[in-house]
Amino acid sequence: MSGSTIETLRRMANQIARNFEIMGHVDAVEATADHINMFWDPRMKKQIFGDGGQDLSPIAKAAIEELAQGEIPAHQTRATEFNAVDDIGQSDAG
Amino acid sequence: MGYERQKDFGTPRVKSEKHVTLTIDGRAVTVPEGTTVMRAASEIGSSIPKLCATDNLKQFGSCRLCLVEIEGARGTPASCTTPAAEGMVVKTQTPRLDKLRKGVMELYISDHPLDCLTCSANNDCELQDQAAAVGLRDVRYGYEGANHLAEPTDHSNPYFDFDPSKCIVCSRCVRACDEVQGTFALTIDGRGFGSEVSAGQTLDNFMSSECVSCGACVQACPTATLQEKSVKKIGKPERAVVTTCAYCGVGCTFRAEMRGEQLVRMVPYKDGKANRGHSCVKGRFAWGYANHQDRITRPMVRDNIDQPWREVSWEEALSFSANKLNQIKRDHGARALGGITSSRCTNEETFLVQKLIRGGFGSNNVDTCARVCHSPTGYGLKTTFGTSAGTQDFDSVEDSDVILVIGANPTDGHPVFGSRMKQRLRQGAKLIVIDPRRIDLVKSPHIKAAHHLPLQPGTNVALLTAMAHVIVSEGLADEEFIRTRCDWDEYQDWARFVSQDKNSPEVLEGVTRVPAQSVREAARLYATGGNGAIYYGLGVTEHSQGSSTVMAIANLAMVTGNIGRKGVGVNPLRGQNNVQGACDMGSFPHELPGYRHISDADTRALFEKDWGVTLDPDPGFRINNMLDAAVDGEFRAIYIQGEDILQSDPNTQHVAAGLEAMELVIVHDLFLNETANYAHVFLPGSTFLEKNGTFTNAERRIQPVRKVMEPANGMEDWEVTQALANALGLGWSYTHPSEILDEIARLTPSFAGVSWDRLEREDSLQWPVNEEFPDGAPVMHVDGFVRGKGKFVVTDYVPTDEKTGPRFPLLLTTGRILSQYNVGAQTRRTANVEWHPEDLLEMHPSDAENRGLNDGDWTTLKSRTGETTLRVKVTDRVAPGVVYTTFHHPATQANVVTTDFSDWATNCPEYKVTAVQVMPSNGPSDWQEEYTDLSQKSRRIAGEMEPAE
Repeated sequence: MSGSTIETLRRMANQIARNFEIMGHVDAVEATADHINMFWDPRMKKQIFGDGGQDLSPIAKAAIEELAQGEIPAHQTRATEFNAVDDIGQSDAG
Repeated sequence: MGYERQKDFGTPRVKSEKHVTLTIDGRAVTVPEGTTVMRAASEIGSSIPKLCATDNLKQFGSCRLCLVEIEGARGTPASCTTPAAEGMVVKTQTPRLDKLRKGVMELYISDHPLDCLTCSANNDCELQDQAAAVGLRDVRYGYEGANHLAEPTDHSNPYFDFDPSKCIVCSRCVRACDEVQGTFALTIDGRGFGSEVSAGQTLDNFMSSECVSCGACVQACPTATLQEKSVKKIGKPERAVVTTCAYCGVGCTFRAEMRGEQLVRMVPYKDGKANRGHSCVKGRFAWGYANHQDRITRPMVRDNIDQPWREVSWEEALSFSANKLNQIKRDHGARALGGITSSRCTNEETFLVQKLIRGGFGSNNVDTCARVCHSPTGYGLKTTFGTSAGTQDFDSVEDSDVILVIGANPTDGHPVFGSRMKQRLRQGAKLIVIDPRRIDLVKSPHIKAAHHLPLQPGTNVALLTAMAHVIVSEGLADEEFIRTRCDWDEYQDWARFVSQDKNSPEVLEGVTRVPAQSVREAARLYATGGNGAIYYGLGVTEHSQGSSTVMAIANLAMVTGNIGRKGVGVNPLRGQNNVQGACDMGSFPHELPGYRHISDADTRALFEKDWGVTLDPDPGFRINNMLDAAVDGEFRAIYIQGEDILQSDPNTQHVAAGLEAMELVIVHDLFLNETANYAHVFLPGSTFLEKNGTFTNAERRIQPVRKVMEPANGMEDWEVTQALANALGLGWSYTHPSEILDEIARLTPSFAGVSWDRLEREDSLQWPVNEEFPDGAPVMHVDGFVRGKGKFVVTDYVPTDEKTGPRFPLLLTTGRILSQYNVGAQTRRTANVEWHPEDLLEMHPSDAENRGLNDGDWTTLKSRTGETTLRVKVTDRVAPGVVYTTFHHPATQANVVTTDFSDWATNCPEYKVTAVQVMPSNGPSDWQEEYTDLSQKSRRIAGEMEPAE
């Protein structure tokens, strides 16, 4: 069932967007963009930026467009807030 | 340390605020109220003779050897059953007691073989010691009468023998099986002189009985009746080294008992804070892989994977690797390189691998096997609680009133903790199990779950939301806790969401297939039954909504106020021994050690200054993205320490395609594992017995791993990584893992107070260890969440994209079994295969009948991804429409069938939900035949004989 890399990236972006959808469109777009910005390798971002939004849900597409324009979204969840250099507060141990 | 038996106080420690003072043999001693006279005497070093008493079992009072005299009391009471009292005056040695004890001992010895000189327990036998202690010199009754000396020995268990001719029927083994392990496999059969220890039914032996080979009976036995075969073969140990088990995330402490360089046995350490003196069949007995003939101890290289391996020197293997890495870096850039750290390796080794990749290779393409197990725990608990580590220590379960187990099978996956959980359940705590399978905990001797909710795989979020609906709509929320500890506005948003009719148990019953009434009753019990603790495993995380499920669990704990004290909490049961540590050490591609994002300039500056390198500011690839990029030609070289991604990761064909596309695959392992079929360099690894370092268990407990023998390959794993780093010109000069630990402490705030010396003194520390928590933190979030308020997160149920249909009508879920561990690389190379020689497919009788399948038939298991064959086990343990298998054997390769679908937030694979069809089969699939050929071809070593056809 493995598709091409771009198909995988589209699926990932859509899945993230779908799980944030409950937040409402505007917040979900920001959360999706924030998530991708913090966790994706630059090559993955570049590849999906150049894909023209094909097969993306409205939320995912808007998030990708925002990132492609160079905007850095504010952190929307604590999952994307990380410890400062001298901070012990958080762990995201798997 | 030299060899001496572990101190035995005779009866268990008593917890009490009140104390009493008594006098024993003229010495005053103060003990907690309820302590026995035997234990009180032992506390002051006065050892009263005993045989049936041992301090991890309740007092029994059968052997009559521990009699004492108490002023003002009639007779000679047994000290093991007599509680110490204020002002009590006790004498443990008097002529009267001497005579009585001698008489008791005389009777025991009259029916015991007098073969001490040739007995495997000679000089390590409590019966022998006690006979000496009471001064027994002769047996007046002779030895000619009726006796048990001709009883045959039961050799059926691969690890220990049962020789009833030496049994004194003290019942310690039976009680250990009941009280400590909770299996109830042993009993005393018969009466009076005919009494004998029996495993299972009359015709059973140990192997055919319910015995799970945990070793508790062997440890409890005061004679050589139950004895390790290894002691019989090698002899009595002469020294013991305390170290940490390398199997699951419980992190049991063991004494490695040695004779010279030979490991005689692993004995659970009574002072181990994670295991409290207990063990399972893996940690106790399954260490023979360390000396297995498959072990590779010399480095090997080959130019391409069609060639046989060529044994070379370390220098050649390292320069071969370094040259290729440098060449690929020159041609394709640093981001074409990466690696995978191992949750089976130490913190220090893991730290060095990520340091090598970030600082030496020059990329952040580092990931770890936590990606495929508990990465959603990280995301979910960090989002809700602010930090993702498990909230409790294992001791906490002793204070739980309601235990909710979801997506975990503790008696198989985390057996030592499973036994502790069962102890608490037998004391009366209530149990809720949420699992598609009827795991053993649901109904086992003296335990019956109050509720088993056998949900449809993939519907965890729906079920937990339905439970939340009940709690909120029936007014069971702990509003005071929520107002004090959580964000109230977010709670109200969440409460509105879960209260909607669409989230009621009645509506969601159509999704989860769990009767609404059962959900309601379970929710009420969790919310109102006292201290509620949630334990979960990979049945939560390995789903497309793994992270959402973790957040839903956290929501439940917060809405009921079950956070921040003993007996409650959210407890992820980690799969491998050092999952927590591997993550702490910066094994994820987006963050440095201490969970600091790679994009943070200050954090990078700290590491850049310390390491003398420049770091890439962007996140790297996760494992699955590395494989995709390899197929695309963008990722070309990988260093894999202690992982077998070909067998453990989903969609085997895709993993193989990714590995095959790479120019350089370096596998650093004990064995030529399945991944090594695609490798160009093999660097031999060292076992946990051959190295120093630390593991961090599921309780955040940092524990020492101590070397008990020299590495068979000549180097500890951290030394191998250092040698590779130095072949790349990095100039590392660590001489001991303690120096690496110092570097970790210097760079990682939560480890600031940790050092090797301190661990040597204190045995273990639970992070954070720093100025605020100088001695660590057993329970988290006590007075408030570590970071801000608790956050309720709305978790909308999103069905998985993996759908059943006419072609694939069944849902496959996967898991592990007690005797095997993960991909089986270690346990398959031990006698544990006698319990589980192959992976089986569990199927409900109705599904089997529809397909004309009988127990033991070969079947084809087919999904949209691939197919494999294995034998079927017909059982109503699984529900109709659900099938289950394990993934321990490469010949089966269950992951040929699993898909690329993964958790939306972390890409943890959706191992637990695959749509499949099952049909009768005549033999192995094409894939299995091809893979067998490849595997044999790939394991050829130049100069070795070809295997005979």
